[in-house]
Amino acid sequence: MELLAQFLGSAGARMLVGLIAVIALVSVNALFLIWMERKVAAHMQLRPGPMEVGPHGAIQTVADALKLMGKELITPDEVDKPIFWLAPIVVFLPVLLSFLVVPFSQSWIIRDMNVGIILILAFSTLAVLAILMAGWASNNKYAVFGAIRSVAQNIAYEIPLLITVMSIILMVGSFKLSDIVAAQSQYWYVLLQPLAFIIYITCATAETNRAPFDLPEAESELVAGFHTEYSGMRFALFFLAEYTNMFIVSAIATVLFLGGWHGPFLPGVIWFLLKVYALIFLMMWFRWTFPRVRFDQLITFAWKILIPLAFANLLITALVLKLR
Amino acid sequence: MIEYSLEEKTYTLNLGPQHPSTHGVLRVLLEMEGEFITKAEPVIGYGHRGHEHMAENRNYLQFLPNTARVDYLHALAYNQGYCMAVEKLIGLVVPERGEFIRVITAELNRISSHLLWLGAYLLDLGAFTPILYCFDDRENLLDLLDRITGSRLTYCFFRPGGVPQDLDDEFITGTRAFVKRLRTRFKDYDNLVTKNVIFINRTKDVGVITQEQCVKYGLTGPMVRGSGIPYDIRKSEPYSAYPQFDFVIPIGDKGDILDRYVVRVREMEQSLRIIEQALDKLPNGPIMAEKVPKRLKPAEGEVYQAVETARGEFGCYIVSQGDIKPYRIKLRVPSFGNLSILPELAVDTLVADLVAILGSIDVVVPEIDR
Repeated sequence: MELLAQFLGSAGARMLVGLIAVIALVSVNALFLIWMERKVAAHMQLRPGPMEVGPHGAIQTVADALKLMGKELITPDEVDKPIFWLAPIVVFLPVLLSFLVVPFSQSWIIRDMNVGIILILAFSTLAVLAILMAGWASNNKYAVFGAIRSVAQNIAYEIPLLITVMSIILMVGSFKLSDIVAAQSQYWYVLLQPLAFIIYITCATAETNRAPFDLPEAESELVAGFHTEYSGMRFALFFLAEYTNMFIVSAIATVLFLGGWHGPFLPGVIWFLLKVYALIFLMMWFRWTFPRVRFDQLITFAWKILIPLAFANLLITALVLKLR
Repeated sequence: MIEYSLEEKTYTLNLGPQHPSTHGVLRVLLEMEGEFITKAEPVIGYGHRGHEHMAENRNYLQFLPNTARVDYLHALAYNQGYCMAVEKLIGLVVPERGEFIRVITAELNRISSHLLWLGAYLLDLGAFTPILYCFDDRENLLDLLDRITGSRLTYCFFRPGGVPQDLDDEFITGTRAFVKRLRTRFKDYDNLVTKNVIFINRTKDVGVITQEQCVKYGLTGPMVRGSGIPYDIRKSEPYSAYPQFDFVIPIGDKGDILDRYVVRVREMEQSLRIIEQALDKLPNGPIMAEKVPKRLKPAEGEVYQAVETARGEFGCYIVSQGDIKPYRIKLRVPSFGNLSILPELAVDTLVADLVAILGSIDVVVPEIDR
C-alpha cells in the first residue's frame, strides 16, 4: 500500500494512472449509462427493456458496442474526408480531458488545478466544434441543419450557464473545484442558489443536446442530425461523447450545487457518484417525458428568459456578498 | 447533395419518402430559405396499388378485403362504406342488431385509429413515451376486435347485408371494462400532454386553417371540425344506427393544431359514449339480412355512400352495369383532400412546424395513393 502510495505521489505516475483510469471509467460509464437510459425509458413506458443479454440485460450494451466495432466505417463519396474522419475524435478528446480535474473525493483528483472549473467549461465547449465539423463535412442537408442548430444552441446556452457558475465562484472565491466542494461542508449551495441550480440544469440539458433540447439530432425533423452519415465506431464515438458529457455536466452540478463528496456514512466517492447518477436520472426523466421544443422557441427561451434571470441572480449574489 | 446557387437564396430539401415523420411513403419537396419553408410540394403515389382498378376485375365480395387495405387504421369504416353502397345497389336492409354491431365495432376502430394518431403525433413532436401508453390501450382494443372480427388491423368483417359474427358476452364485458379504463387514461393524457407547456407552445397558433380554407380545399373530418365547422357525416347525413344515439360533434374554434388535437381526443370520448349506449340498447334479432343472394349481381345503376372515418369523409361511388363485377368504383378518401392544404399551411414555417402540421393532418398515405 505504501509503495503504491509513494508511486502515486509522483505527478507523472499520477497522470498516467489517472488517464488509464479515466479511459476505463469513460467506457464503463457510457456502457452503464446507455443501459440505464434504456431501462429508465422502458420502465417509464410500461415495458421491461433489454432483458436477454446478462441479468436484466446488463451487458446488452457490451454486445451493442461489439457490434458497432465490427461494422464497416462508411465514408460517403462526397464528404470532406479529413474533417469527416477527425470529427468523432475531436468530439471525444475534450470530454476525456475534462476528467482530469473532476474531484471524485478529497483525494481522488487527478490534478487539482486552480482553474479547474474554467478548464472543464472550456473543454466542454469544444464539442460544438466537432459537431459543426461533422455536420459540415457530411455534405448532407440534414447534417448541416443539425450542426447549425447545435452551434446556435450551444452559444445561447453557454452564456447563462457561465453566469450561474460565476455566481457560485463569487461565493467561494476560487476556481478550484476542491475549494468549491470544501466550502459546502456546512450546507449545499443548491439551498442558497436554487434559481442558479435550475438554470444550470436547464442549460446543461441543452448543452448536452438532450431532449427536450435535442434539436441537433431531432429525429422526427432531421432524421439523425449531424451524425446522419456516420456509421460503426465513428457513430459510437459520438454516442460515447454524449453520455460522457452527461456525466461531466452532472459532475460539475454536483461540485457546484450538491456539495460534491460531502455526505454522511458512505465514503466520498460513493456520495459523489450517487449524486451524479441522480442528476443523470433527472435528465433521462426529462427526455422521456417532454416533447421537443421548437428551435426558435429554444433560442428565445435562452436569450430572453434564462440570460436575464442568470444576470439578475448574479447581481443579487454580488450584492448580498457585498452587504454582508 | 447541397447545391447552392449564387442567384437564388433558396435550396431544396427532400423530406421523404423515407423519413421518420412522413408516416409511410410520402415525399414532401421543400424549398427552403434558411430554416424557413418557402414552398412545399407533397409528392404522392409511392404506395399506389390500384385498388380502384382491382375493383373492376373482381366481384363484389372479392373487393371487400381491398377496402380494409385502403385506410388500414380505420378499416371497419371502409368496410361499412363499401357494404352500405352495395346494399343500396341491391336493396338490402340490414337488421337492427347487425347495424348496432357495426356501430360498436366501427367506433372501437375509430378509437384505435385516434389512439395511434395521438401516440405517433407526439412522437413527431419529440415525446417518446405517450405512444407506448397509447399502444397499451390500443392493445386491449385490438384484442377485443380480434375476438369478433378475427383480425387485428385489416379487418374484413362487414358483409353486404349485415355482419357474419355475433357479439358474445366476453366481448361485451370486455368492452365495458375498456370504456371505463380509457376514461381514466384520458386524465393521464391530459396531465402528461395537454397541460404541457412545451406541447402547447408547439401547437398553439400553428397551422391555422380558416373556415374559408376548409371549404376551398374540401377538408373533412377533424381537420374541418377543428376550425369550428360541425361537419360530421354521422350527424349531417345520418346512416346506420347513429341517429339512435346521443352524442355531440366536438369542434374547435381557432383551427390550429391544438384544436385539432383536442377535437380528436374529445371524439374518442364521444365514441366511448356511443359504444356504451349501443351496448345498453343492443337489440336481439338476426345479424344478417334474409335472402342475401349468394351471387351478388346488382341491376344497372349508380350509388354513392359516404361514411365518417377517423380522418373524414369516405365516399364510395359504384357504377354497376348489371354484371357480377362493378363497372367502376371510385373511392373518395379524406386524406387526399386533407393533404392538399399542406402547401398553403407550410409556407413561412419552420421544418419543425411542417412536421407538426403534417402530423396534425393525420394522413394515411396508402389511402391517398390507393
